[in-house]
Amino acid sequence: MTTLRRPGFLLRHWALFSATALLAAGLAWAALSPIRSASRDQLFEIPKGTWARRMAGNPVEILPAELHLTLGVRDILVLHNLDDVPQQFGPILLMPGQSFRLPFAMAASYQFACTAHASGQMSIIVEPNPATPWARIRWRFNTVLRSQRWS
Amino acid sequence: MSRSLSCLLGCSLALLASAGLQAADGTTLVAGVFNPPRAAPDFSLRASDGGTLQLSHYRGKVVLLAFGYSSCHEVCPVTLALLAQARRKLGAAASDVQVIYLTVDPERDDVAKMRQFLALFDHSFVGGSGKVEELAAVRKLYGISATRYPTADGYVIAHSSFVYLIDRQGLLRALMPFGHGVDDFAHDLRLLLRETTARQ
Repeated sequence: MTTLRRPGFLLRHWALFSATALLAAGLAWAALSPIRSASRDQLFEIPKGTWARRMAGNPVEILPAELHLTLGVRDILVLHNLDDVPQQFGPILLMPGQSFRLPFAMAASYQFACTAHASGQMSIIVEPNPATPWARIRWRFNTVLRSQRWS
Repeated sequence: MSRSLSCLLGCSLALLASAGLQAADGTTLVAGVFNPPRAAPDFSLRASDGGTLQLSHYRGKVVLLAFGYSSCHEVCPVTLALLAQARRKLGAAASDVQVIYLTVDPERDDVAKMRQFLALFDHSFVGGSGKVEELAAVRKLYGISATRYPTADGYVIAHSSFVYLIDRQGLLRALMPFGHGVDDFAHDLRLLLRETTARQ
């Protein structure tokens, strides 16, 4: 006599279990893996043709109004002007092709007046070094989110 | 052949060693460098020493230019204490360094109050005050933001906390964000003092 055995719970929900295991592994990696960076430069580029697009009435932002850096990981702000015209951010005048590097040494919010933004102000937010597992998860999540928003 | 090879190797090693030494002794400014440098915008305000404060009067000295106000309890005392310490670290060369502190709160900071406030840190510091619109114009030239927030007992001002480094020729050379220590300031001041001395 043969008995038909019902597939086990794990077998029936293999997709759910696989996804959960993957998510757990991803979270564990994001929480425990130290944040390494080959360079501490956080580059912001002003693309070629930005000025022309603005002149044509296209309300394109030259740079985000808030620039985010992370102490000990990416704490050197690098502005690079790839456009054909000079760009000014507060006291920083960038000629075409020029770069400006500004190293930060403290987590804080830095403001300077900037006519390139509608608010008249640009903020550089230097976040503390993500030292705890939760901080590392949050940092990685925010980094992905910001790169999607600005790309 | 082997002689020319060893000579080439020797030269290469010497070059690498000198490059290493150059990097190690820090021949570049720590602060954000303006390249090419441009003339620091001049201004004419009321000086805390009773006269007229004009940036161009300090041509020949290295100037540290900062903005703040005497009622500030967080950023300004730290910045001023740091600049005073950096000057002391320079020894005799400090006489070629001038700290200029311009108020972002001209309504409360008259010249007498600025003098009193700055003397707490270093008697050589010069403060600048004046009419509200005069100070606003100077802030605009230097990209300084200052926003007033009401409090229970008056107001506070959130302001840019960068320190500008201006060389002996009156060129805006670099920008040091808040948070850098005394050693960074002393390092950059030494470089600017040395560099401009060499140019003269």
